[in-house]
Amino acid sequence: MLDKMKKLIEYYEEVLNMPHRTEIARELRNEDDLFLLLLYSEMIGIPNPVYYYTLELYPYMIEKFHDWHLRMGMDHSPLSGIRCC
Amino acid sequence: MNAILVAIIGLIVFALGYRYYSKFVAEKIFKLDPNYVTPAHKYKDGVDFVPTNKFVLWGHHFTSVAGAAPILGPAIALYWGWLPALLWVLLGTVFAAGVHDFGTLAISVRNKGQSIGTIADKLIGKRGKILFLFIILILVLMVNAVFAWVIANLFISYPSSVLPVLFQIPLAITIGYLVYKKNVRMLVPSLIVLAIMYFVAILAAQNEVLQIDLVRYMGGEDGAGLFGLGAVSTAFMIWIVFLMVYCYIASTLPVWKLLQPRDFINSHQLVVGLAILYLGLLFTNPEMTAPVYNDNPDKNWLPLLFITVACGAISGFHGLVSSGTSSKQLNKETDARFVGYFGAVGEGILALISILTVATFFANTDDFFATYSSFNAANGAGLGVFIEGAAVLAGGLGIPPSVAATIVSVIVVSFAATTLDTAVRLMRYIIAELGSEYNVPALTKTHVATTVAVLSSAALVLIPEGPNGFGSGGYLIWPLFGTSNQLLAGISLMLISIWLKRNGRNYAIALIPMVFLMVMTMVALFQQVFLEWAWWGTGSNMLLFILGAIIFVFALWIALTSYSVITGKYDNPIDKNKVG
Repeated sequence: MLDKMKKLIEYYEEVLNMPHRTEIARELRNEDDLFLLLLYSEMIGIPNPVYYYTLELYPYMIEKFHDWHLRMGMDHSPLSGIRCC
Repeated sequence: MNAILVAIIGLIVFALGYRYYSKFVAEKIFKLDPNYVTPAHKYKDGVDFVPTNKFVLWGHHFTSVAGAAPILGPAIALYWGWLPALLWVLLGTVFAAGVHDFGTLAISVRNKGQSIGTIADKLIGKRGKILFLFIILILVLMVNAVFAWVIANLFISYPSSVLPVLFQIPLAITIGYLVYKKNVRMLVPSLIVLAIMYFVAILAAQNEVLQIDLVRYMGGEDGAGLFGLGAVSTAFMIWIVFLMVYCYIASTLPVWKLLQPRDFINSHQLVVGLAILYLGLLFTNPEMTAPVYNDNPDKNWLPLLFITVACGAISGFHGLVSSGTSSKQLNKETDARFVGYFGAVGEGILALISILTVATFFANTDDFFATYSSFNAANGAGLGVFIEGAAVLAGGLGIPPSVAATIVSVIVVSFAATTLDTAVRLMRYIIAELGSEYNVPALTKTHVATTVAVLSSAALVLIPEGPNGFGSGGYLIWPLFGTSNQLLAGISLMLISIWLKRNGRNYAIALIPMVFLMVMTMVALFQQVFLEWAWWGTGSNMLLFILGAIIFVFALWIALTSYSVITGKYDNPIDKNKVG
């Protein structure tokens, strides 16, 4: 009897949970979609705003970047965008 | 006649219908295959397509389709005596609603879990889809008007129910936050909220201070309200404006914030409501005091009965749930019989108790005719009688009548409110879809679409004037609601027939209820629109005439399309063989 009651309550809770789980899964999926869109937007022809904002990092990055490409065995900057030397 | 006996007969009819007729339809006509890979498995994505246990899915399906409509319809239809209403609910559920709900589920499963609108697009072409969208638009418009009217009316008649309902909103938002952000299990918190609501209801039923009674604040029924209106009319207007503002907010919020947690609480209310009424019936053991048949009605039951009781006998709205969500979650194709057909039976059980509650309320037949003096009077009084009757049944369980009436009206208001903001949300989607179909980009914006939805619904409920002044005319829309609901069911049954015909099955099981439904709906609509609401009619009303005429044209369109499709004169050449 107690087992049956437990089963009934579990069943009832499952009925309540179902739409809620769907909603959470949907929100997660939407966030994932947005994330992937940000990552691969240029592939589908949408200019990625992230590149534009990296320009602001330029003054902070440039010295570190110069040291890094020397350590990596490249005498000159491998990227046309960053001209440290 | 004893009411328990009637209940038992009703339940036996439902049981036999499920046991034999649904088995016949599922196995012999639809030939459901337990090995068929359902969309839930084929397109499994953890979001929309999730294979779900059939009992769980039934529970979800049933709580989505059950609402205030199967209570209100039969309560009005009792005007023609309890037998016509009872027969229509029983036979309608077994032969029409069951086939409709099950059929839409089954053909959606065979069509990638697509909605009925998309299937209409495939089976009868693009105009099928547009037709479908317009009918749903009209249906949800009616739903908004009718349920806003129902809630405003209950708030005025049972002021003690206002506070518990208002309490539900912040509590539901709290639960939504707890469950969604803190990952708390929802069963216990939602039960606690329900307990708080009913506690507030008990307090409000016994203390006048806690009753938000706008009419009393304005000095009673004869008091003066705003803009030169009477107190009751003003109260009505204030509640409608309040409800529409609420709808606007509720339908634009993410669903988990308010809509879902409120649904959890309302599923408890459905269980509580059904338990109170059926147990109350068992304990009070009442007699059916309403007449078996009204010999001298001012409006004939044929064909009006069939549009007065829509939900509970057959409702097109169910097809939207069947094909929209349930079909994407069906584990095995054979489960469709239980989820779809038994879902319709659940709704029938709700309508059955509504009939019994109203039919046992009166002291005698004279008493009945004093309240149900005319069809219009029945339209206005039905819901109130249901609540009083439910209070009497609850009395059998030892609940004081004033408390019981408050709780029952809280339950009905909660159902109606859920339907209301779901319908506003749905209306917003449809307006947006029509906007993109006809290249009106402004309509696809959430707030523009919601504003259009809310304003048009408010206009529909406020404009028609009834015999008792402003706001009393809301019930005039009830038959139109029934009509558009039946038309939607008609289209779905037509699609089921076409699908069965193209697959070489016996399509009479869907065609016969469809023809019956369309004939009844069109005759009723014709009578109301052209003999009553038209400017040469007995109760001229331009707004209802225009709306009714539009619906009539749609009905005609559906009838002609289905005739040509069924007789084979019309074929959608492109997609002829793609479906199935």
